[in-house]
Amino acid sequence: MNLALRDIRYHRGRFILTSIGLGLLLGVVMSMGGIYRGLFADALATLNATGADIWVVQQDTNGPFAESSRIPEDIKYRIALVPGVVKASPLSFQTIQIERHGKPFRFFLIGYDQQGLGGPPEIIAGRNIRRKHYEMVVAQGMMMELGEKIRLGQHEYTVVGITGKMVSSGGDPSAYVSLADAQDIQFKKDNNLIRNDRERVGKNLAGIQTLSPAQAKFLQQNISALSESTHTVNTVVARLKPGASLQEVQERIGRWNHFRAISEEEQKIILTKGMIEKARQQLGLFRLILLVISAVIISLIIYTSTLDKIRVIATLKLIGSQNRVIIGMILQQSLLMGIIAYGIGYVLISLTYDKFPRRIVLEAFDLQALFVIVIAICAISSFVGIRKALKVEPAEALGG
Amino acid sequence: MYAIEVEKLTKIYGKGETAVTAISDASFQVRPGELVAILGPSGSGKTTLLTSIGLINEPTHGKVVIDGTTIANEGWLQGLDLKRIRREKLGFIFQAHNLIPFLTALENVMIALEITQLPKTEAKKRAIELLTLLNLGHRLNNYPSALSGGEAQRVAIARALANRPKVILADEPTAALDTENGKNVMVLLKKLAVDNHSAILVVTHDHRMVEGFDRILEVRDGVIVRKIANGDIS
Repeated sequence: MNLALRDIRYHRGRFILTSIGLGLLLGVVMSMGGIYRGLFADALATLNATGADIWVVQQDTNGPFAESSRIPEDIKYRIALVPGVVKASPLSFQTIQIERHGKPFRFFLIGYDQQGLGGPPEIIAGRNIRRKHYEMVVAQGMMMELGEKIRLGQHEYTVVGITGKMVSSGGDPSAYVSLADAQDIQFKKDNNLIRNDRERVGKNLAGIQTLSPAQAKFLQQNISALSESTHTVNTVVARLKPGASLQEVQERIGRWNHFRAISEEEQKIILTKGMIEKARQQLGLFRLILLVISAVIISLIIYTSTLDKIRVIATLKLIGSQNRVIIGMILQQSLLMGIIAYGIGYVLISLTYDKFPRRIVLEAFDLQALFVIVIAICAISSFVGIRKALKVEPAEALGG
Repeated sequence: MYAIEVEKLTKIYGKGETAVTAISDASFQVRPGELVAILGPSGSGKTTLLTSIGLINEPTHGKVVIDGTTIANEGWLQGLDLKRIRREKLGFIFQAHNLIPFLTALENVMIALEITQLPKTEAKKRAIELLTLLNLGHRLNNYPSALSGGEAQRVAIARALANRPKVILADEPTAALDTENGKNVMVLLKKLAVDNHSAILVVTHDHRMVEGFDRILEVRDGVIVRKIANGDIS
């Protein structure tokens, strides 16, 4: 006869409520693990979707994600000519926060060359960008409809396509526009500012006595052209030919002034070890604390439940019941509670994980490891109750 | 052969100046099929006597033999499996019925059988037989909380009888019952003692309940002061 099941059957209301409470706690532990994995997935989403072997950025920086990096767009032609490089594409990244429907609306804007790398990895609704200007593809997470318009900088952009769960390393949903549009949004000055700048440069040049009016005008045009140019990008990514030496290509680009070639692996390390390490440690610690709390709660529940059964245990001992019957009753209840709570937590997180504002990645290994940990916690926690039960004297069954 | 043999049993709680002698030099025997009462006021040591025989309290001095097995001789004998002896030779009935609240009447009896490794089907069959014998056939699947005091005590008696023990020890089995139910339980115990050929030792402080007992051992201040045989009980 299974005493644990009989006790649970009799006290099912209490058992179910306790399991639900514990299940909610384990659901939080699972979500923490999911957020932890989600951080990695988010951090690497753009990197993986781009599929580049090399990221060329401004010298002495860890750009374009961890640090600011600005390089001229036309360096793409030089990179494309490096032996071993099959394709080189400029990319522009910036985080934008605007007001939409009266609320802050934040996203990660990616400008890409339509014939190059770094565009939306998939289109789940609508189409990809076809025109050079004023079209955009947005990630699902932006909650925008096809045909919806949004004002960025000096122009309005129309949503023509929806892509999947693309996000920045910070977890903001991604939007894609043409490189030219992205450069305009990021670098183009408004007309008033241009007029002011031109006036200021003109006045400064006019103040130089040694310049003739023709020279001053020539200089003013060139300085304005330089300061108003938007042909700057954050990185140029390159894909190598099969069998090409990554190291040789990196060394070759590294020899040029002002540039650094970061391999995909190095970029992963920058993103994961550098950018999200603290968040990862924080979440890891939080998970550990939650597991300790779970262990304490399970111990308390089992201990209290054992105290409630002191007379039952004493009676069992008095009628000659073996210790294994009593140990089995406590241990099985503890394990059952852990298993049911785990199931509740799993169902809860499975039903809600895609509604979290940040990505939750539930990996089978994490879930299996947590299951083993929960079982171990239940087994260890039940020792408190078992210890108490084994100390109960049969004489405690006597008396009124 | 006696079912219970007690010789100069003494139980002392504590040591030195704080030592309290609960039972002193108690000696008696009970035959199989005999119903014997230990009668005395509260604090006279009757429950200590019962628990010392029932392998719950270790006697300080003296000898206890249960169904031919010496369990104590100047303390418990070394190497004895007390749980096995309790399981196989003894049945207990308590003041409060002490049924397991989360088991039905049937399961409460079955548990006593299953811990002796009796197959489940056989245990169930015997438990049903016993409960039916005690007029509880209609209450098999009721939890103790749904039983009356008398019914619960009869389930406890069925549990004590389940393994056909040679000795049944009952500690104030009628204390929680009204007079009528109390008397019914005592009549039932007498019948069971005869039918099962078990020695039944009942602790009680209530003179009214000992009618029909074969013998009475009257205990005062830890000493058996009187042994009254059947014919002398009035």
